[in-house]
Formats: sequence, structure tokens, C-alpha cells
Amino acid sequence: MQDPSTGHLATQATSSFIEHLQRSRPELLPFTQALPAGQVPPAPHATTIVALSYPGGVLMAGDRRATMGNVIASRHIEKVFPADEYSVMGIAGTAGLAVDITRLFQVELEHYEKIEGTLLSLDGKANRLGAMIRGNLPMAMQGLAVIPLFAGFDQAAGVGRLFSYDVTGGRYEELEHHSVGSGSVFARGALKKLWRPNLTEDEAVAVAVEALYDAADDDSATGGPDPVRQLWPVVYTVNRAGARRVSERELAAIAGTIVESRAVAGREA
Amino acid sequence: MTQQFYVSPEQLMKDRADFARKGIARGRSVVVISCADGIALVAENPSPSLHKIGEIYDKIAFAAVGKYNEFESLRQAGVRYADVRGYSYDREDVTARGLASVYAQSLGAVFTAEQKPFEVELAVAEVGHTQADDHLYRLTFDGSIADEHGFVVMGGLAEQVAESVAREWKADLDLAGALRLAVKALAADKEVDALPGSAVEAAVLDRSPESGRGSRRAFRRLRAEDITQLLAGEA
Repeated sequence: MQDPSTGHLATQATSSFIEHLQRSRPELLPFTQALPAGQVPPAPHATTIVALSYPGGVLMAGDRRATMGNVIASRHIEKVFPADEYSVMGIAGTAGLAVDITRLFQVELEHYEKIEGTLLSLDGKANRLGAMIRGNLPMAMQGLAVIPLFAGFDQAAGVGRLFSYDVTGGRYEELEHHSVGSGSVFARGALKKLWRPNLTEDEAVAVAVEALYDAADDDSATGGPDPVRQLWPVVYTVNRAGARRVSERELAAIAGTIVESRAVAGREA
Repeated sequence: MTQQFYVSPEQLMKDRADFARKGIARGRSVVVISCADGIALVAENPSPSLHKIGEIYDKIAFAAVGKYNEFESLRQAGVRYADVRGYSYDREDVTARGLASVYAQSLGAVFTAEQKPFEVELAVAEVGHTQADDHLYRLTFDGSIADEHGFVVMGGLAEQVAESVAREWKADLDLAGALRLAVKALAADKEVDALPGSAVEAAVLDRSPESGRGSRRAFRRLRAEDITQLLAGEA
């Protein structure tokens, strides 16, 4: 704890947790280490995330697989997280860094809320995340890139919004839908056919799960629904009431319907 | 060179303590009450934005009386301490006891070493799964720390208010009951029976926020209309 008696306290005051860490505990930040030259050993990679909007909100879904080269590093990994009450983020890229960046982002938003007594605007949150990804650029140049997808409910405008990022921290607002990660090409193709305006929330969840199913069909690094281990994608919806995790039971039913309908159709692709 | 007069350490400490006490006595009181639904924090505070009660962490809240700039800087330092600790270890490793002892050290250092002591009194509250697991710490301007049971009263007329709370406090009060008791006690020195909802700042640490609101953050600020509604409800 900094000494509250010192006169320069006011100049020290910041509402940003990351700024505070940079000043007092830089070793805790996930992205400040200068890496020595050389090859980074293989590390788990997180894969596909899809996000789409529907009237009244947005949702984000991620499969459960992490890969390390040709090996499945994890079948249980979760890559979509609530960032705060009204926003969610998903991550693709180096899993170890991504999970820490997510944790840091969650604390950053909560810290601001506690210090200032009010929530950051959705654009403010999206910008903060962009700055963090830019902070990770040196690591990305060593091959440890983290690419997030951010979605939230804009309370001022009353709509759900989606943001994608590039590795330099560039922030782009996406309309309708977007996906990131190794299976994103296939998921995007599926979303183009499945997404339509005026989806209900339940339909939107089914569309997201089906897009991930299509990604898993063609991308070996994306995991499909796993009825043997009872593993389903992680899906969060965000609407006026806040972020909510879709229950396992709902997802099992949706995944079951998709597998069944594909089996009935009996087609190759 | 002018010679300073000798002042004995006893006299020096006494003067500083008197100074701090005077500053605190001018302020209005704060009541923190442990009840069946959680911990209620209630302050007499006509300002809707300059808070005396704040959230520190998942299950920890802060209440203060005295000079706003001093306790606000302590509150922010507490939030930083808790967030750094929770980020570097784990969320459950942030405890009211740890925070209270850091506050005690800061207050103690300022009391002995600085030009003037802080004119503040703090309460740090942590809600547990059962009422027996609740922790209430009271910190005074000189860094002394007290582990309180059931309720904490601080501020100008703390003794009068505390007497009033002690008369009616029961462990099984619900939130509305605790709020009514606090508001009545805060009016102990006034002509009225209880303060109006608009003159009160109140917050609660919910005992089970995960099941109730789906959030691990127990702290919930009560809006003026919530307070009025809770006060109006029949006991």
C-alpha cells in the first residue's frame, strides 16, 4: 500500500489498475518481460471464438479445445469470460498469456468502478483492452500473440456491440457477427449463412453453436461438442440485464439437435 | 537560532489525540450492523455523491467518518491494496484482517510522524457465510484497531448512537430491521424519531450474493428509493 500521508498522493492517483501496477509492481504484468532471443518452446494455443449480435444484445461462444502443435493440450479450457456485469471477452492465441490478460482486464474494469464509483463506458472498456493488446506487442513479435474479441451492452445507446482487435492493439467495431482464432474462417462462412437480422436470443445461441460445429468440422484445432465427456461450448449472452452464461443443459440440447439434423441430412459437408 | 520549548512525549501525543478527536467529533455518525441478511452500513450523509461508505473487495466494505479527503485517500489505497493482492495471489486471499492491519500501520505512522494526525475513524467489514464468520474492525486515528462484535458505531456522537443501537440490536435482524435500527439510532441526538431516507447513505454486504444476484461481489449500494421502501416496510 502506498503511504497515504505523502503530499504527492494526488499526482499518484490513478483509476487504472494497470497504471498502478506499472508504477509499483511491474513484475506482475503479464506483458512487460523482455524475452531473450531464441525460440519459445511450444505452449498451448486457444482457438476459435464466435460472436454475433441480435436485437437487444450480443453473445459470444468459444469451443473447449487448446492445442500445442499437433497435440490437444486441453479439452476443458474456457476461452470466453465475463469482463464485467455488461461485457464479455473471448481470447484466441497463446493461452497462458491470454488467461492472464483476461484476469488483468477484469480487475482493471472492477478497479475503475470501485475507485470512480461508476462504470466505464463501453467504448472506454474497448479502448482499454486495445491498449493492453498493444502492450503485448513485444511478446507477439516473439510468437506469443493474443487476439481478443470483445462484446458488451452499450447502456447509453441501448444496443449490443462487438469489437475485434489486431495484434497491434487496433480496435475495430464489427457489425452483425465476427470470429477469431484458427477455425474462424470456417465459422465465419457458417455465420454468413446462418445469421439473419431479428434472431431471438435462443436462436442466436443455436447459430453460434452451429458455427462452432462447422469450424470444428474443418479445423483440427477447434473442438466440437463432446457427448462422451459432456463438454459443450462456453456461451455468454449480454443484454440489458447483464451478462449471463448459458446453462450446460440448454447447450447439450442445442448441440444434440445440430448433430441429429446433420445425421438425418446425411450429407458429406 | 530559536530554541524550541521542551514538550514531553506524553503531552505531544495527548495534544495530537485531542486534535484528532475534535475533528472527528464535528462529523456525523456511521453505523455498521451485522444482521441475518448480511452487513448493513448506514451513514448520515446528505450528499448523494461524496460517499462515506465504499466497496473494497468481493466481501469487504469500508466506512469512515472525519475529513473527506483523508478517508477518501485511505479508501482508494485500500482498493489498490486489495486488488493487487487478489490479482497476485487469489481472490479469496484478500481478507478484512489483512486490510485492517495495513490501515492500522498507515494511521499509526501518520499519527506519530506527520505534522498532523488523520482526523478519521474507519470501519472495515467482511461478510461471512454465517453471522459467526462476519468480521468488523474499527480503526481509530492513532492506528489502534478493535475487533468488534455485532455492530460498530463511529463519529461525532458515537456513544449516544451506540447506546441506542445496543438497546435493540439482535443477531437475527433482517436487512430492513437493521436499517430501521440504524436510522433511528443516527437520529438519537436530534428532535426527530428517525432520519428521512434522503439524508441517509446506505449499502449492504449480501451474505450470499452468488445465489441471489449471480455475482461474487457482495457489496450493493442502496438507492434513496430502496432505502425509503425498506424503512417504510412493516417489521
